[in-house]
Amino acid sequence: MDDPLALETSGLTKVYGSGHTEVVALRDASMRVRRGEVVALLGPSGAGKSTFLLCVGLINPPTRGTVTIGGKLMQDGPRSLGDLRRFRRERIGFVFQKSNLIPFLSAIENVQVVGELIGRPSSVARRRAKELLDALGVGRRAFNMPTQLSGGEQQRVTVARALANQPSLILADEPTAALDSVRGRQVMELFRDVAHRHGTGVIVVTHDHRALDVFDTIYEMEDGLLKPAASAAAKATAARA
Amino acid sequence: MNLAVRDIRHSLGRFVLTTIGVGMLLMVVMGMGGIYRGLVDDALVVTRGVGADLWVVQRDTRGPFAEVSRLPRSLVDRIAAVPGVTDAREFVLHTIQREHRGKPLRMGVLGLGWPTDKGEGLPLIAGRPLAQNHFEMIADESLGLGLGERLRLGKDTYTVVGLTRWLVASGGDGIACFTSRDAQAIQFHEPGESIRLERQARRARADEIDFGRTQPGVLDRASGPAQSLAALPSPAISAVIARLMPGTDPASVQRSMSGWSDVTTYTGPQQEELLLKGSVDRARRQILLFRVLLTIISAVIMALIIYTLTLDKLHPIALLKLIGAPTHVIAGLILQQSLIMGVLAYGVGYLIGTRLFPLFPRRVLVSNDDLLRLAGIVLVISVLASLLGIWKAMRVAPNEAIG
Ligand SMILES: Nc1ncnc2c1ncn2[C@@H]1O[C@H](COP(=O)(O)OP(=O)(O)O)[C@@H](O)[C@H]1O
Ligand SMILES: [Mg+2]
Repeated sequence: MDDPLALETSGLTKVYGSGHTEVVALRDASMRVRRGEVVALLGPSGAGKSTFLLCVGLINPPTRGTVTIGGKLMQDGPRSLGDLRRFRRERIGFVFQKSNLIPFLSAIENVQVVGELIGRPSSVARRRAKELLDALGVGRRAFNMPTQLSGGEQQRVTVARALANQPSLILADEPTAALDSVRGRQVMELFRDVAHRHGTGVIVVTHDHRALDVFDTIYEMEDGLLKPAASAAAKATAARA
Repeated sequence: MNLAVRDIRHSLGRFVLTTIGVGMLLMVVMGMGGIYRGLVDDALVVTRGVGADLWVVQRDTRGPFAEVSRLPRSLVDRIAAVPGVTDAREFVLHTIQREHRGKPLRMGVLGLGWPTDKGEGLPLIAGRPLAQNHFEMIADESLGLGLGERLRLGKDTYTVVGLTRWLVASGGDGIACFTSRDAQAIQFHEPGESIRLERQARRARADEIDFGRTQPGVLDRASGPAQSLAALPSPAISAVIARLMPGTDPASVQRSMSGWSDVTTYTGPQQEELLLKGSVDRARRQILLFRVLLTIISAVIMALIIYTLTLDKLHPIALLKLIGAPTHVIAGLILQQSLIMGVLAYGVGYLIGTRLFPLFPRRVLVSNDDLLRLAGIVLVISVLASLLGIWKAMRVAPNEAIG
């Protein structure tokens, strides 16, 4: 916990396929995210943003490079799937574009299950789930099934779930794509509040330039190449739009 | 929080319907076992009911339940004289069909060894054992006779003094017990009509053959009583049952009869074993094969439904993997669903079966041993049924949850 970095990657490279079908989706990507820092990741479709999140999120192992989360070296060459899953459930929270709630669990159970997976007693996990839902403004919907929730409510529950294991790092891939701009901005602000309050590093892939003022740092990605965008310049661009 | 139960609640309709279906199959498996037990038990009730320590049958045959055995009637007296034997009598069990209250009444007639055996050993549910050596009977309730009811059989009228339950012959007909002498009287009494028909048939046969036409005496004889036909032997008996003096070793009595060239002897337990190995055994194997088939079918159906339930939730499973759920949680989800289905189906089968089986025309005897064994089998097929689903779930990659 004393490491000030939530995430550090170096030389992260991902090659899909081989021979004729080879695609280099990620080239030597290096990024540092401090605790409590909110990072936006911009770039055209097919640039490799999702690939980057999947590598960092220990879902898709990189071809080369290292991933260090919360000061702990997670990915450096092959790791067993079981290890990776344990790292994921203990240290990372995920939010994706489409709502990714488990359809047969109610809102509160979707959050509670994460707590139980890391070994918390059921009652503790449930209490914590209720607190998170309350904090995210969906406490009243706790006992609804996912299909009974609006898109915005579903995303809030997903964010609550991503927070339930008190992760070092939250990875969000276009979390607001399915929401209108007001709701989208609310979710972005949610990430910022969460990051600042809990000291969690957050990386959000987004196309929505209007909400960029929420972020501390902005990266751009093009053709697998990751580069920091001068945050002042990006904010100015955002403000102009 | 139990994921398996949560998911079942979510697709409750399909789960319940499948469970009921599998439950019915298990009920049939249970019932077939029960039919076999019923057969065995019915068979044993008769052998035990006559209370024989020793069965004496025609040499190298396996007794009245397995095949035809023919012995001269005089054998009864010979056996009664063997040291250690307290009494010997012929084994009488035959089926008759008579009119009673305007309806055909089929029953097995069993002779009891009055006065030593009054029927105390029978499964009485009402009334009393026989109290006199003539004109009383103990009837099985399946015959539909009431206590005190009077029934004319042959030349005499018998009163029902006791009722039994599940005392039936191998064909399923209810058995009525009489003293041995009454039973024989019933056996050898032929109604006038049948005698007339038999004589007519004899006469017709004699008319058709040259022998009959050339020897008028034959035609005369054919119309007369059967006893006057020289070729007809006195009726043979199928077995002699003997009781031994208390404390006598049946083996020693068997040894003393082993020199007799015309008979083979069996003790009570040996006779029961022959019975189970003989006529009942084929039924047992037949039923066993059906049970195995039905069990396999149940397992296949369960595997398919668990598999499709798993296919329906591949996305949530990928998601669970994504958020780091360990393998045992995911395998457990599927295995538990399979076990829940198996256990519930077993319960459904049991509940329906126990209500349905008593309505069957023959006894379905579901023993606790069989129930326990079936429960074990259900657990095994539940586990097997989940393997296909688990295999599929293991192959899902976590990133299938995205996109
Ligand atoms: N599983 C995969 N197999 C092969 N190629 C892939 C795979 N996933 C992504 N790609 C390719 O990698 C590149 C980057 O994709 P992606 O990371 O999804 O970009 P983005 O999220 O920025 O739109 C694209 O050219 C895409 O076609
Ligand atoms: Mg993408």
